[in-house]
Amino acid sequence: MPSTLPDGEPVPSDGSLPPEALSTFGRRPFGVYVHVPFCATRCGYCDFNTYTPGELGGAASPDSWAEAARRELELAATVLGDGRPVDTVFVGGGTPSLLGADRLVEVLGWIRDTLGLAPDAEVTTEANPESTSPRFFETLRAGGYTRVSLGMQSAARHVLAVLDRQHSPGRAAASAREARAAGFEHVNLDLIYGTPGETDQDLLASLDTVVEAGVDHVSAYALIVEDGTALARRVRRGDLPAPDDDVLAARYELLDDTLGRAGFGWYEVSNWALTSAGPGARCRHNLGYWTGGDWWGVGPGAHSHVGGVRWWNVKHPARYAGLLTQGRTPAAGREVLAEADQLVERVLLELRVVNGLPVEVLAGSARAEAEAAASEGLLDPEALRSGRAVLTRRGRLLADGVVRRLVA
Amino acid sequence: MGASTLPPDRARKLALSTFADTTFTSPELIRNFCIIAHIDHGKSTLADRMLQLTGVVEDRAMRAQYLDRMDIERERGITIKAQNVRLPWRVDGQDHVLHLIDTPGHVDFTYEVSRSLAACEGAILLVDAAQGIEAQTLANLYLALEHDLTIIPVLNKIDLPAAEPEKYAAELAHIIGCEPSDVLKVSAKTGMGVGELLDEAVRQIPPPTGQTDSPARAMIFDSVYDTYRGVVTYIRVVDGRIMPRERIRMMSTGATHELLEVGIISPEPKPCPGLGVGEVGYLITGVKDVRQSKVGDTITLERKGAKEALGGYREPKPMVYAGLYPVDGSDYPELREALDKLQLNDAALTYEPETSAALGFGFRCGFLGLLHLEITRDRLEREAGLDLISTAPNVVYRVRLDDGTEQEVTNPSDWPTGKIAEIFEPITRCTVIAPNEFVGAIMELCQSRRGQLDGMDYLSESRVELRYTLPLAEIIYDFFDSLKSRTRGYASLDYEESGEQSSDLVKVDILLQGEPVDAFSAIVHKDGAYAYGTRMATKLRELIPRQQYEVPIQAAIGSRVIARETIRAIRKDVLAKCYGGDITRKRKLLEKQKEGKKRMKMVGRVEVPQEAFVAALSTEESSDKGKGKK
Repeated sequence: MPSTLPDGEPVPSDGSLPPEALSTFGRRPFGVYVHVPFCATRCGYCDFNTYTPGELGGAASPDSWAEAARRELELAATVLGDGRPVDTVFVGGGTPSLLGADRLVEVLGWIRDTLGLAPDAEVTTEANPESTSPRFFETLRAGGYTRVSLGMQSAARHVLAVLDRQHSPGRAAASAREARAAGFEHVNLDLIYGTPGETDQDLLASLDTVVEAGVDHVSAYALIVEDGTALARRVRRGDLPAPDDDVLAARYELLDDTLGRAGFGWYEVSNWALTSAGPGARCRHNLGYWTGGDWWGVGPGAHSHVGGVRWWNVKHPARYAGLLTQGRTPAAGREVLAEADQLVERVLLELRVVNGLPVEVLAGSARAEAEAAASEGLLDPEALRSGRAVLTRRGRLLADGVVRRLVA
Repeated sequence: MGASTLPPDRARKLALSTFADTTFTSPELIRNFCIIAHIDHGKSTLADRMLQLTGVVEDRAMRAQYLDRMDIERERGITIKAQNVRLPWRVDGQDHVLHLIDTPGHVDFTYEVSRSLAACEGAILLVDAAQGIEAQTLANLYLALEHDLTIIPVLNKIDLPAAEPEKYAAELAHIIGCEPSDVLKVSAKTGMGVGELLDEAVRQIPPPTGQTDSPARAMIFDSVYDTYRGVVTYIRVVDGRIMPRERIRMMSTGATHELLEVGIISPEPKPCPGLGVGEVGYLITGVKDVRQSKVGDTITLERKGAKEALGGYREPKPMVYAGLYPVDGSDYPELREALDKLQLNDAALTYEPETSAALGFGFRCGFLGLLHLEITRDRLEREAGLDLISTAPNVVYRVRLDDGTEQEVTNPSDWPTGKIAEIFEPITRCTVIAPNEFVGAIMELCQSRRGQLDGMDYLSESRVELRYTLPLAEIIYDFFDSLKSRTRGYASLDYEESGEQSSDLVKVDILLQGEPVDAFSAIVHKDGAYAYGTRMATKLRELIPRQQYEVPIQAAIGSRVIARETIRAIRKDVLAKCYGGDITRKRKLLEKQKEGKKRMKMVGRVEVPQEAFVAALSTEESSDKGKGKK
């Protein structure tokens, strides 16, 4: 079950933005997210907006999606004008690799044609290890993609089984090597930790695999049991134990230590990049989310942000395609952020990254809280003295509590 | 007269209504009685049927349980405030006036019950033919016998398939010392036998006696605040006459009031020219507070008034105290207003402002008993729309210090810190009636509550009455619930205060990170201190969310720690993922968490959610408490 959309205000049918949002467009990095809402099968833990062929019936297909995505890019160009070419592209899902390399390259071409692409643009696609091949990567690389993100999750067979992942334990690392061989400098492996049944040894084995695969980026997310998923039902029935927060915390520390020894440094709570690979190893697109960048989300259920306006598209691929065919915006709702909300979001988001939050944006009482949090070992005291609130490792694990204190 | 053109039944009703509408009825034609019954044994239904049968309420105007007026009474099936009604009834060609005096139906209102009984010459002992007599009914029966009331034993619900009229007739006969054949059998639901019952009431119950020419004396047996009329006082005239537009005197205080209206209830209030010997009615003086018109007080006229009051008056005295706090601190003024309003109608309720470090601003309230507390709390929540936390209830202690001084303690926070020589606590005489298979379980429970067995009687082959002396403090906290669960709901309980005893009591404090939480302090017996401390510490460990630091929870007597638990520090409080750029969702989650944080109370550095206080202060099986006692 995909999760639900927020409540918001209606969006003009032509998708136009308030002038005050547009007036600053171009001053911030600009990304395009492309959501591919298709999966071969649904994994029990996943609540993303994605559909299997069985769930869609004949209501939508990769072809109708591609046509609609192209129309949405044209709409984006109309709404935004030519203020800034795209700095980053991220094709996610779902399972983008299900589209095949040629179509992914085609999508990138549409972006280039409609919005323009900066010469040094970072262009990422997600891929599932079981649907990649050397050929796939070569086509992508030749077509302008610069980065791939592979859903590895774990190297332990029993963990992959609980997660309903189809690939075999060694496949993700092999896929990463193929990507590198095809000329991808930037390869990410995605991990999930804290899956019921996973041990410290399993996690260490996964990390070994990641390090050996020679990637420059690792994302690691604690398993969240989302309402409405098959996993949630299994936990509720007592078939599987719920992930324990203390265990998750210990795993996080294990991860951070192990990756640290292998030369990776955190740059966002759940993301690590190979320090020796330089700043280019960090995912610029994702950093845009955390640091107030603008981005247009293309595809069903995709979220966008431009100049303090957030909006989100209708979720179902058929409805999405239908609206665009009629020449209307696929947006289901939006919110124009008040100044106070924008500040809350800055704290919420920027505190998660390694550069932290400039303290001067905080009110006096919040600065006092920051001092207190530093004395409690949650914020780095040295960084704070130089004007930035940066989480310590303990602070990263308790980040939401720190945020609550800084926005209270 | 047109009576001949009406159906005979209708004609009788009209004629009788006319008869009962006139006051100054000759005392020998008056019968005053009440119904003693257990909750759910059908008292209100029987009263309804009587109203219908005597014609004072037309069938189509009949509202089920006419006499129980308040929602809570209806929901809980208990009568809180007595109502009374004047009914016409003809026996052997002679018209009579019946005053049915409805008694409050709960253990906490024993004094009010006793005043209602004192207004009667007879009582209908109404018992469910499928269940037999219950403890509280028995206690009220004894009370009625003490007042020399004529008892008419009646089995109700004889139409039920489960009814065992023979068995329970024998039980009743055994208890009151009559023949089983003397026990009347009715079905209040169908009306079967109710006419005969009224006939018997006229035949068996003696008429009131009193001196028509003596100075007026009337007893107040109830006093109710009405928004439009002020206090409505229900009286039973003993001697002389009470006439409107005279000044009356309350004999306990000497206060005098103008009499604005005198009337009868049949069943709506109707003004009348006055009330004579033996008559029951209401009066209105314009006072606004039931404290100025106290149950049990004697009313006389200002001019040529009586010299001596009728006996039996007593000041209402709170037996149980608890702190009531609004969950939302800003509701404090509303709580005060609601208490002010409630007190207009409740002479037994006391309250004064109190401040708790943990709960904020609230009121220390005094109640007659646990049910009185629950009803009050319920009404505050329902009628004023307030969310309340109540602290664990406690009784009144008399503490003698080594220096010879003495202190009355109604709040654990005021427990003396000096050297204590002796502590006295109130005790009660309790009666428990239950099927004999539960005797062991009941004895075990009473023993664990420091009870002393005073005696045990078989009411019938299968039902036993147990009499215990128990400290009041032991029965105000979850005793009813425990009794019910150990006897599968079959036991019934009654208690009355019975003086005090010297006991080895201590104050147990609960500390969070070294800070005492006043709301959780309790006075308990020395032998129960460890159990209380452990239970609270364990509960709190489960209820208080993990904090950034380890939080020790301690139970202590003075500086001596008797139990300890630890809330481990939270290690993870971060959401890992970003939901595909759905920042809105993240921000809304944060806003929700912020709201939650606002509802936290700070105890030192520890954030305690409001719900933790509520849950820690509630008894384990609070779900079905309050719906009377079986």
